[in-house]
Amino acid sequence: MKELLSGNEAIARGAYECGARFAAGYPGTPSTEIMEEFAKYPDVYAEWAPNEKVALETAIGAGLAGARAMAVMKHVGVNVAADPLFTVSYTGTNGALVIITADDPSLHSSQNEQDNRNYAKFAKVPMLEPSSSQEAKDFARLAFEISERFDTPVFLRTTTRLSHSKSIVNIGEPDVREGREGIKINPAKYVMVPMNARARRMEVEKRLGALRDFAETFPENRIEWNSREAGVIASGMAYNYAKEAFPEYSFLKLGMAYPMPDRMIREFAAGVRKLYVVEELDPFIEEHVRTLGIEATGKEIFPAMNEFDPGIIEHAITGIKPESRITPPKIPARPPNLCPGCPHRGLFYVLGKLNAFVSGDIGCYTLSFMEPLMGLHSCICMGASIGMAHGMSRALGDKGRGKVVGVIGDSTFVHSGITPLLNSAYNRSNIVVVICDNRTTAMTGMQDHPATGRTLLGNETVRLDFEKLAAALGIESIRVIDPRKIRETRTALKEELLKEGPSVVISRGACVLLRTGKKEETRKKLRVDADKCTGCGVCLGLGCPPISWKKFESARTSSRGKVQEGTAVIDPALCAGCTLCRQICGAGAIQEAVE
Amino acid sequence: MSDSTRSILLAGVGGQGILRASDIISLALMSAGHDVKKSEVHGMAQRGGCVTSHVRYGKKVYSPISRKGEVDILLSFEKLETLRYLDYLKADGAVIVNEEEIYPPSVNLGLEKYPAGIEKTVGRYFKKVKSVNASRIAEQAGNPRTANTVMIGVLSNCLDLALVVWERVINRAFPEKLVKDNITAFHLGRSA
Repeated sequence: MKELLSGNEAIARGAYECGARFAAGYPGTPSTEIMEEFAKYPDVYAEWAPNEKVALETAIGAGLAGARAMAVMKHVGVNVAADPLFTVSYTGTNGALVIITADDPSLHSSQNEQDNRNYAKFAKVPMLEPSSSQEAKDFARLAFEISERFDTPVFLRTTTRLSHSKSIVNIGEPDVREGREGIKINPAKYVMVPMNARARRMEVEKRLGALRDFAETFPENRIEWNSREAGVIASGMAYNYAKEAFPEYSFLKLGMAYPMPDRMIREFAAGVRKLYVVEELDPFIEEHVRTLGIEATGKEIFPAMNEFDPGIIEHAITGIKPESRITPPKIPARPPNLCPGCPHRGLFYVLGKLNAFVSGDIGCYTLSFMEPLMGLHSCICMGASIGMAHGMSRALGDKGRGKVVGVIGDSTFVHSGITPLLNSAYNRSNIVVVICDNRTTAMTGMQDHPATGRTLLGNETVRLDFEKLAAALGIESIRVIDPRKIRETRTALKEELLKEGPSVVISRGACVLLRTGKKEETRKKLRVDADKCTGCGVCLGLGCPPISWKKFESARTSSRGKVQEGTAVIDPALCAGCTLCRQICGAGAIQEAVE
Repeated sequence: MSDSTRSILLAGVGGQGILRASDIISLALMSAGHDVKKSEVHGMAQRGGCVTSHVRYGKKVYSPISRKGEVDILLSFEKLETLRYLDYLKADGAVIVNEEEIYPPSVNLGLEKYPAGIEKTVGRYFKKVKSVNASRIAEQAGNPRTANTVMIGVLSNCLDLALVVWERVINRAFPEKLVKDNITAFHLGRSA
């Protein structure tokens, strides 16, 4: 049976078909759907972990118990999981362990575009790299087989373009696999103290040697001979782009990005007059090819940044840039924005006017750094808001009193905000930490987490209580606010900023996109009374999508003698009725719309 | 069936149902025997940003995205977005434009103007331009949320696929209670 599947759906299907029944991950674009799809299959166990380190450790444990387990994360998630990664490479896996890394060339929805092929080499772990949904499904199976055969974790690397492209896949029947789970005690292999780790270190080298030999005969490393004038070494999506741009060239397609098949590379290089290495991001293959003493053309003509397309490769090789006959008119950009009715909007409207430094984090609310809210002033990685605020407060001393805020979403706080909050309590800084608690992992599409009280498989479970947690960590001042009430929000933040020591403010309001299953309160849409609007533009400062500015044909003079150039307008089709604009309108011009 | 790969580019704003539309188009092409790849970027785009989806089909498709200057049909769900992706079209490419205007933040704030005369600009470069008011047609179909299916209906005139293929795919793509409205929307778009 043929189906049109995304790369992510295909990875989930491949894992399921080959008998994997265990997965742990943390949501992150572009990896999220792998877990969501896998969780839908019968008889699987799949869980959202609080973060990628926990997810990987969970999968390591499952593998050690004999299961075929996978850990799923986006590229920067591997940074979080790097600690166990580098040592599970030594212990091996017993069962099978596949780590999915979903990279994001062009930073479509990430804070950096790191090339995680480097992790394969760094951690001495083999890596497969599919280039289509069919390969994504097939390589998932191969990854589990290689893991078992070589007793090693295996990386399966995807990129946004593979994860979120759909192509045709042959669906197979799931394997019937005997359960091989059981407890094995083997301290020399699994207790990584120096004495044991030194011995395992040698095993890692032996394993890499065996994998190098395996790579030479691995069918997914293949030479496609064609014209000998030029040859291309490529893997992943880059293969497709190069193949489409230059179908007449010969190709060495590497299904295994690490370790590479040296003999095959030598044979291929010797068989073509001109050799290109086409790869997105880092010169990972290119540098290896050069260590073999082979001349190749790579990053001197192909970009080291952003994803490719066939045109980029054609242009790089021919040196001819096609001239566009279109002179594009200058058009307004369309950046993403907080949704109408978003609970973050009220909070960040207030934060932007507090004259404080707002140390931010990763989530929808990061968007509020933009005009007009401008309520967030830094963003590095998951959890960094609190640690950075703490460091800033300590460095500023008295100069920073009442001026440093850290903001972090609920899911992000659970991911990696707890330890820095503990640190702030322990090492006493004067910061206000705002947990933007919208009851879900909104940015990646409404995933549950430990504070929602539900699991990935849809079961009710214990719900993390932020108030109690903050108290247990040593925070003395803890309060909950409703960010849709601007005055209350402003007062609360100002009061907390004046206090000695760290405070926690929980800004609680469910994401407007969250479907809770409960009957939702219907909110009345709002409209602007044109007779009352003074055209001051304060409501525009919310950056709310339904509110726009309508300039008059010619300036008018109001009844109070003030010159007015235009008026605010609310699009009723978009208005969520949150009333923030009504709360800040000094003229009382915003009213409930009559249906 | 020609050996060369053909490309459709869908463009618009998050929330307009572009990803669903490109799924339907891809499934129709697939059931007509084409190799198909489609690609989109979501994530941040869900928050009112630009959304694009490439659909490519032919005998054997490698790249899921098109290069600039090779797209056969630009199916634009929002007027301004048409301009943003015009340079993806090939010289004799076709443009289908939904007349809906969704203001980006800078226009809402009064900092920039929503460009005027978009149809004229498009017409200066391309001969095959079809303009429709998909939202109004969707209301005629009985459901304003079927504007994306209206657009598929308009597009269907440019593709060599049997009507029954489209109907079958639309039938499967929606929950039962929404099928009728979407079939109506498709036909209204097709005859628009």
